[in-house]
Amino acid sequence: MDVTGLSLTTITLFLPMVGLAILLFMNGETQKANLKWVAFATSIVTFVASVLMWINFDPSTADLQMVQRNTWAEVSLGESVINISYFVGVDGISMLLVLLTTFIMPISILGSFGSHIFEERGREKLYYIFLMLLEWSMIGVFVVHDLIIFYVFWEVTLVPMYFLIGIWGSEERIYAAVKFFLYTMAGSILMLIAILYVGNRSGTFSTYSAGGDIGVIERVQTWEGEGTYWDAADPEAEGEDAGFLLNSVESWLFLGFLVAFAIKVPIFPFHSWLPDAHVQAPTAGSVILAGVLLKMGTYGIVRFNLNLFPEATVAWAPTIAFLGVVGIIYGAWVSYAQDNVKKLVAYSSVSHLGFVVVGIFALNAQGLQGATLQMVNHGISTGGLFLIVGMLYERWHTKEMADYGGVWKVMPLFGAISLVISLSSMGLPGLNGFIGEFTILLGSLGSDYLGFVFTLLATLGVIMAAVYLLKMFQHVFMGELKRPLSSEDGYKLTWSEKAAFIPIIIMIFWMGIQPIVFFNMLDVSVDSIVALFVR
Amino acid sequence: MENLPLLVPLVILVPALGAFINFFFGAKFEEKWSGYIGCFASIFAFIVSLILLTYVTGANGAAAVVNPPFVDGWLRIESIGLDISWQQRVDSLSVTMMLVVTGVGSLIHLYARGYMHGDKWYPRFFAYLNMFLAFMLILVTGNNFLMLFVGWEGVGLCSFLLIGFWWDKKAPEGWNNSNAARKAFIVNRIGDFGLLMAMFLIFWTFGTLDFHRAGELPNTEAKYLVHWREHNGLLEHHEETDKEAAGDAHDKAYKCVPAGGDDHETADAHADDGHGAPNPLASDIRAIYCDNDHFDIALLGVFGQTTERFGAGETVDFGSFQMAFDDVILLIALFILLGVTGKSAQIPLFVWLPDAMAGPTPVSALIHAATMVTAGVFILVRSNVFLWELNHGGYVIGLVITLVGAGTALMAGYIALGQWDIKRVLAYSTISQLGFMVAAVGIGAYVAAMFHLVTHAVFKALLFLGSGSVIHGVEHGHHHAHEHGHGEDHHDDHASPHSDGGAEGGFDAQDMRNMGGLRKRMPITYITYLIGTLALAGIFPFAGFWSKDEILADAWYEGFELNELSGFIAFGVLLVAAAFTAFYMWRQIVLVFLDQPRSEAAEQAPESSGAMLLPLLILAFFTLIIGFINVPKATPIFDGIYHPYEFKHFLEHSLISVSRGRTLDFNLSIAGIALALGIVSILVANRIYKGKGLASGNRDLLEAGGASRPLFRLANARLYWDELYSAVIEQPFNRLASFLADRVDWDFLHNYFHDSIIKRGFDTIAELLGKPFDLGIVDGAVNGVGAFVQRAAEWMRRSQTGYVRLYAVVIFIGVVAVISLMIYPFVQMLLAGGS
Repeated sequence: MDVTGLSLTTITLFLPMVGLAILLFMNGETQKANLKWVAFATSIVTFVASVLMWINFDPSTADLQMVQRNTWAEVSLGESVINISYFVGVDGISMLLVLLTTFIMPISILGSFGSHIFEERGREKLYYIFLMLLEWSMIGVFVVHDLIIFYVFWEVTLVPMYFLIGIWGSEERIYAAVKFFLYTMAGSILMLIAILYVGNRSGTFSTYSAGGDIGVIERVQTWEGEGTYWDAADPEAEGEDAGFLLNSVESWLFLGFLVAFAIKVPIFPFHSWLPDAHVQAPTAGSVILAGVLLKMGTYGIVRFNLNLFPEATVAWAPTIAFLGVVGIIYGAWVSYAQDNVKKLVAYSSVSHLGFVVVGIFALNAQGLQGATLQMVNHGISTGGLFLIVGMLYERWHTKEMADYGGVWKVMPLFGAISLVISLSSMGLPGLNGFIGEFTILLGSLGSDYLGFVFTLLATLGVIMAAVYLLKMFQHVFMGELKRPLSSEDGYKLTWSEKAAFIPIIIMIFWMGIQPIVFFNMLDVSVDSIVALFVR
Repeated sequence: MENLPLLVPLVILVPALGAFINFFFGAKFEEKWSGYIGCFASIFAFIVSLILLTYVTGANGAAAVVNPPFVDGWLRIESIGLDISWQQRVDSLSVTMMLVVTGVGSLIHLYARGYMHGDKWYPRFFAYLNMFLAFMLILVTGNNFLMLFVGWEGVGLCSFLLIGFWWDKKAPEGWNNSNAARKAFIVNRIGDFGLLMAMFLIFWTFGTLDFHRAGELPNTEAKYLVHWREHNGLLEHHEETDKEAAGDAHDKAYKCVPAGGDDHETADAHADDGHGAPNPLASDIRAIYCDNDHFDIALLGVFGQTTERFGAGETVDFGSFQMAFDDVILLIALFILLGVTGKSAQIPLFVWLPDAMAGPTPVSALIHAATMVTAGVFILVRSNVFLWELNHGGYVIGLVITLVGAGTALMAGYIALGQWDIKRVLAYSTISQLGFMVAAVGIGAYVAAMFHLVTHAVFKALLFLGSGSVIHGVEHGHHHAHEHGHGEDHHDDHASPHSDGGAEGGFDAQDMRNMGGLRKRMPITYITYLIGTLALAGIFPFAGFWSKDEILADAWYEGFELNELSGFIAFGVLLVAAAFTAFYMWRQIVLVFLDQPRSEAAEQAPESSGAMLLPLLILAFFTLIIGFINVPKATPIFDGIYHPYEFKHFLEHSLISVSRGRTLDFNLSIAGIALALGIVSILVANRIYKGKGLASGNRDLLEAGGASRPLFRLANARLYWDELYSAVIEQPFNRLASFLADRVDWDFLHNYFHDSIIKRGFDTIAELLGKPFDLGIVDGAVNGVGAFVQRAAEWMRRSQTGYVRLYAVVIFIGVVAVISLMIYPFVQMLLAGGS
């Protein structure tokens, strides 16, 4: 049975498409000044819609809410019939990430106002169309619960980002865009194979059960109860007593999903596309990339790897968490060695997302809640850092740290804002970054699957965050002003720049001082996942 | 009385508000208004602290837990019972710290109005100072480790901002300032790492981070004076004092029972301690014992649980591993100690503090001498239950702490002997004195540690402010001598010589070699500085005498009476460190104030303004009397006129270890030894330096002599700590960073791996897929389609981006298909509805 009727989720999902349609019919030359306003207004309306979702959201249940499900196709494959359906809805985790997406979008659009890239490259209309397409597909990734449709949205996000980097990026933009595309696509193909296999075995692509149709997650659990598992030919090898075998089917499926997500996150050592993409992307691209796109990877791990393959998750947890720990330290260390501001911030993402990975694979409530919150925190603080770098670049046209210095002296407000955002990124208690990191690390120590050494090494990352971020702050903002601008007016922040920072600063303090409302949103949803791993 | 603790959020909010106003609107005011706002916030917090003092002394043994307004909880995950709140604690320990922080802080605010006069960032300076106060008060009033940690890192941030306050000076000075700031932050972060690890362990061991829960009694072994009334033939605790104020979190509160059988005797015993001697007990006031038995053990705070659970052979389950409860406590204590070595500048993490002198002098006085750096001692005293249990459970944590503290005291005292910079001497002196406090904690003398913390805060603030006055004067003298009158631009480089030994124009106003004879030019500064010096040197009757003597007496007892190794070490080492202290301070007095001026600047240095001198006088006054708060029993003369151990009794209700530990009478021989040693050191220093100034070539007299030359040079080179750290940690760290970034990440992962694996792989696949088409298999069959595919395949191979474009096309087709599919059901619905 289908749960039909227009849900709020669908409305939120398709609002960016409305904006896209309007943009399509506008004249890129004569109405040039209005393009950004249409995009901005659309993103604001979408944000309002997502806030309405939040208001309607009931945090006391782990079930999907604001669900809509329409069966599209019933594909016959041999004996089985497989459903593909338009299946959207949110639980706490999805809700939070949808909010993050709709929150970041208006900020990154504001960050594009009056940017020099349009003077150089033009095509403003196309630019905003891609942003709208990007928002649509990102929200889609977070709300869709059908594996095939998820895969489609997942792939669609690549296209606008590819063009954003490729058209409006810096000097090496083509190389960066292609690399970004190749890496993500390589992982996606493995995921597609895994998805097809899972769908074939389950007879449905819907992950959750809805309206009488049993979803993949529930089927997996039922099969477990019957003693037959994925590989019916060799059930003993898969049984609990026999221990988990790495070459079992579940493990391969787990890895199929994981590689796709790991490249996106990126988990060490799959990160080498990231510095290129970040450094070459225009400001809005970097902000969205760091703010939302990377979270699609960690979200995917939580949503699919953990839910669908709990045994494989348990077996792989220490390994993946170890990669997370390596990422924390390695990312921080490499970040510290950079001379390019944007690259420094880019590598810091590897370090920060390492925390998220450790939190996820702690497989307990603290770790998972902390990880989800850290996704949001990282989106806000690193998104903020990329905005800062973008504004610096707009003025000085360089990304080399050696060319900066003393910016705080001429831009006092900007310096103070940058300090707050840097501190948030390095996890100063009382600001948002700390909440996530602390909860994750707390979770890792009490985890059944990780333990003391993981916590110890990951906590070292907290020291190192201060090392590289203070290096950046000192070199850019302190010391003597090396390159005064020709005009004093250049030092002023424009209204759109100020407006972009205000919500970021508010969130930094809100989530740092009163994160309860966010924990509440996640609590029950996360608990239902954690229940799979209680020993 | 009951509701007084509800004022405690104000001590944070008002300074925070002051910081906010000054930071955002300070530029719009006249300078003096910025100063007023800053001073008002600080003095206001001081007054609130005084009111809280009356609460704590008024309600005997009372402690309160307060949930501040506006913030509802903090870190709360309901499903697993994680609940860490913004919660403040008013007890004798936190009130002591509040008074020190706001009291000394207020005087330093007043002083800074004069010292910073004319600085272009005057409002920002006061904003930072206020912000520091807010964080420091969060640190000392927090009721759980996490809130303490907020303050702990927050003061670190303020320290960073204030050390680097003059980062925009001309190179290399400004850059050195910001380097010092960065160094302080990072080194402290290493300590914070320890504190974080300690907190994780604490949470999984106790299920909470609260020190004590609301309604819980911190010390169940002290005697309490409370109101009682007869009820149904039973003695019952009077309602009004029944529970700690605002104990709303739990229904249960501690319960009191009469002590022993004979209340009167107990009361007498208490009175015999001297505390209640002149206080005849009212008929309904009894001395009683109280306990927390009404609490579930699991609902007690961290320290209450430790008291109950330690030594019971319990095992803590961390999920992936198990550990004996006692071992976990040891691990926690060691991690806390790591945090302490960072914030309180102990070996091995003290290296940031000397560099921190790059900040303005009021900052050095407030943050890097009187308050922030004592936070480590505070957390150790707060954690006294851990340490007490460990020491009495066969663990040698006390010895470890003693070694760290005593070692630091000796090492820093030695380095101070060979410094030229007036502030650097004081910086090393601060490190040394912090070593005294930490060593005191190591031998279990928690009260002595806190006592020394309080007295040191007063006289070291006095000394730093005095040195600021001297520097100020010498700078003015320098300008006067070289520009014949104060130029208008005086304030532009007013601050310049305050940093890291920088010598602008070849003149360094902080170098003691440029001073001498200032006694006549700056008489008030001289007198107050002298008082501070005598206090620091431990000369009777100044504050330092009492507190240092108490530490030494405790060390002596620990060693010679209890035969503990830590006691021997502490006593011996601290005695030598005390001798160093007296020596380097007197060297400083002679070089700065006595003899003849050694520079024109010193000849013409004027006395500082009233705004700066008033705080000096007030601090000097308190340096004279503050030692009397904890005069030991059996002290000649004082015994008859004064209550002994006031401070100890005050603290006792916060610290269970004080009730369990010893109370030592005044020991005349130890006091005599310490005093004699101090006086002898001063006389020796006087003999060496007095009337001789410097040796030829501006060298120290010790450097000129034969045997002492290498010793002086070693001290002057600061024992090569910085060089050691640079070679062992900093440079390898940087080299490895470059290696990882350039070789591993860029050359290998980014270039080689990408080019030879990923890209080649794609090219190969594209080729394989394209080949059949090239061979004409499909081509021949379906001509039109074949031609298209062939073209596509060539396109794919020619352009490196080809497959991406193709893929994009496929995706776009997919998108269109998906959207059509999505819309289809609606179309169907519409059609169905329409028909």
